[in-house]
Amino acid sequence: MKTLKTTKCGETVTVVKLHGDGAVRRRIMDMGITKDTEVYVRKVAPLGDPIEVNVRGYELSLRKADAETIEVR
Amino acid sequence: MHVKIALAGNPNSGKTTLFNSLTGSNQYVGNWPGVTVEKKEGRLKNNKEAILIDLPGIYSLSPYTLEEVVARNYLLTERPDAIINIVDGTNLERNLYLTTQLLELGIPVVIAVNMMDVVNKRGDQIDLAKLGKELGCEVVGISALRGKGIIEVAQRAVTLAQTGKGTPCAHRFDAKVEAALAAIGAKLKPEIPQEQKRFYTIKLFERDEKIVGQLKTIPNVEPIIAEVETELDDDSESIITSARYTYIASLIKDSQRKKNKEKLTTSDQIDQIVTNRWLALPIFAVVMFLVYYVSVTTVGTFLTDWTNEVLFGEIIPPAVENFLVSINCAPWLQGLILDGIIGGVGAVLGFVPQMFVLFFFLAFLEDSGYMARIAFIMDRIFRKFGLSGKSFIPILIGTGCGVPGIMASRTIENERDRRMTIITTTFIPCGAKLPIIALIAGALFGGTWWVAPSAYFLGIAAIIVSGIILKKTKMFAGNPAPFVMELPAYHWPALTNVFRSMWERGSSFIKKAGTIILLSSIFVWLTSNFGVVEGKFSLVEDLSDGFLAVLGNVFAWLFKPLGWGTWQAAVATLTGLVAKENVVGTFGIIYGFAEVAEDGVEIWGTLANSFTPLSAYSFLVFNLLCAPCFAAIGAIKREMNNAKWTWFALLYQTGFAYAVSFGVYQLGNLFAGHGFSTGTAIATLLVVLLLYLLFKPYKKSTHSKTVTTFVG
Repeated sequence: MKTLKTTKCGETVTVVKLHGDGAVRRRIMDMGITKDTEVYVRKVAPLGDPIEVNVRGYELSLRKADAETIEVR
Repeated sequence: MHVKIALAGNPNSGKTTLFNSLTGSNQYVGNWPGVTVEKKEGRLKNNKEAILIDLPGIYSLSPYTLEEVVARNYLLTERPDAIINIVDGTNLERNLYLTTQLLELGIPVVIAVNMMDVVNKRGDQIDLAKLGKELGCEVVGISALRGKGIIEVAQRAVTLAQTGKGTPCAHRFDAKVEAALAAIGAKLKPEIPQEQKRFYTIKLFERDEKIVGQLKTIPNVEPIIAEVETELDDDSESIITSARYTYIASLIKDSQRKKNKEKLTTSDQIDQIVTNRWLALPIFAVVMFLVYYVSVTTVGTFLTDWTNEVLFGEIIPPAVENFLVSINCAPWLQGLILDGIIGGVGAVLGFVPQMFVLFFFLAFLEDSGYMARIAFIMDRIFRKFGLSGKSFIPILIGTGCGVPGIMASRTIENERDRRMTIITTTFIPCGAKLPIIALIAGALFGGTWWVAPSAYFLGIAAIIVSGIILKKTKMFAGNPAPFVMELPAYHWPALTNVFRSMWERGSSFIKKAGTIILLSSIFVWLTSNFGVVEGKFSLVEDLSDGFLAVLGNVFAWLFKPLGWGTWQAAVATLTGLVAKENVVGTFGIIYGFAEVAEDGVEIWGTLANSFTPLSAYSFLVFNLLCAPCFAAIGAIKREMNNAKWTWFALLYQTGFAYAVSFGVYQLGNLFAGHGFSTGTAIATLLVVLLLYLLFKPYKKSTHSKTVTTFVG
């Protein structure tokens, strides 16, 4: 299963499904990452975590652990 | 007629700028009851009958974060007469997500699309009229920074508030979902106002647990929801959020034209350097160094020295003294006013200029957008210790002065992280503790190089250890705050906002903490200078006859296990509560010097006779880690906004200091060859306890969402 965590920098992917639950999942959805959304992975923070993505026209950062719950294609 | 208007919008949408422009200086800043979330209220500049309430910046009305819950509770229970929804025109899609939810509340809404100047500059276009028509409400284009369109927005809001007509919600979900919502709506009890029904039905459909908790009777809607979930093969929350964004996408398609779709924005270009893998940390170090250098080392110290030596040295005390003498004021009262009040309060006020400079930089960093980058860079390290990436700033500032350090914790969104940061910030030695370090290092250790660095190392270790230990307790445990954070576009902050923020933080500290400092300075002066001499209550010449010494003796036995159970050391520690530099000064007075150098070099000899190196180091440890000065305590009280939490912070710090100090002394004795004793046994047990607390597994919190245990 390809997730946002395994996506390489510079790649644009489409969201398939949000696994995980509770507050984090809701937060991710509230911020615009929903099914069939396009997400561009811009970079990784200097210390290796979190990552920065571009979604719906703005920059968002999320921890790799949370990125792992987002299935993409 | 009084109208209440709520200002709601995403963080970084220019809400603060708009609020400031609309209310000017007619604003009041406080906290929402019982929580650490800031509340701002003000009267409209050109319409004094209208009150504007600034709601916390939120992305949604979900039940998961404190800010969102505070905002929606206000909107549902206080029922403002209108809402101004500020929306970032350069970031329309995500901003409209909150809008769709606000429109469901049945309160009249006027949308202010901000940053239209940037939109126009980029060559993008937004058809405001079309947007308004499709959403079913009024839309005004503004530029809060440039002051354009602001008055119009305020007037529309006031008109809406006065006519009292709710905005009908134009958005309809998928047919199946609407059918389910209708079914749920039918089950709602009539006590829910008609205009709020839409909001409640949608929240029930999403299984919003806060709403469920609020309703007196919970309708059984589970089968309805489950049916739709099976049909659409998705859970109800996802269905709603996806539907909202799909609706927004169609709105955008009709109303917005973007010019340069693929090019990197200026912010992205800046970030290519600022959050670059190799350059980020060096750049960050330079920025922090600059902030520190200007606010603490140069400008700050210059202003503080001027305040202490000139204002409170040459100007105010002589003037007051002359006045008091001229009115034949009793000598003891003169002493109280000059030495007690002016001396005590003046020492703390001396820090105020430094604080203002620091606050200026803080506000600048926040508004410019760089603060978010700091959190982005530092988060990985701080997560491990139960803190947030943004915890770094308070701690760094705390090396100068704990007061602005504690107040800087306000930028941390998650309340648990914020409380944890407030508790641990003062572990790092502040400027006022340096004289104590210098005193001990000089008198007992011959000025060796390692004493001072060891103090900082100890401070950092205390923060890390406390973070880990506290994170594993029930109070702080639970789902870590989702680190899903927007990196807002950089922009040059409006200097009026920066100055306003600096002024508000600085003056509120002076007001709130000032009372504590005033009262405690009086207390210390009275107890130092009064005592019972030959059976009579009178002024004392010798400090050892005063009440403070009596108090010191009471506490002295407490400190015996730490190796320094003398009344002198106890008194010095107690006066350290007023200001940490007092420790050196008090020793000076006790040992017969009215004034001593900053590092107390005059009393090194006497001190060397009263302490052993080990007991002196234990004394140092205790004073470094225990509860901070009254000014900082005042800041803690203000930021925690909760008596129980303030007491917890102070007791934890002092208890921690005692335990570490105890361990240092007892185990130090053991290693120095003084043999095993009860003390050593207890100390060993403490070490074992510490290791257990550090390495035990994390708890799952019993209530999984955000409401803190000590609220109310």
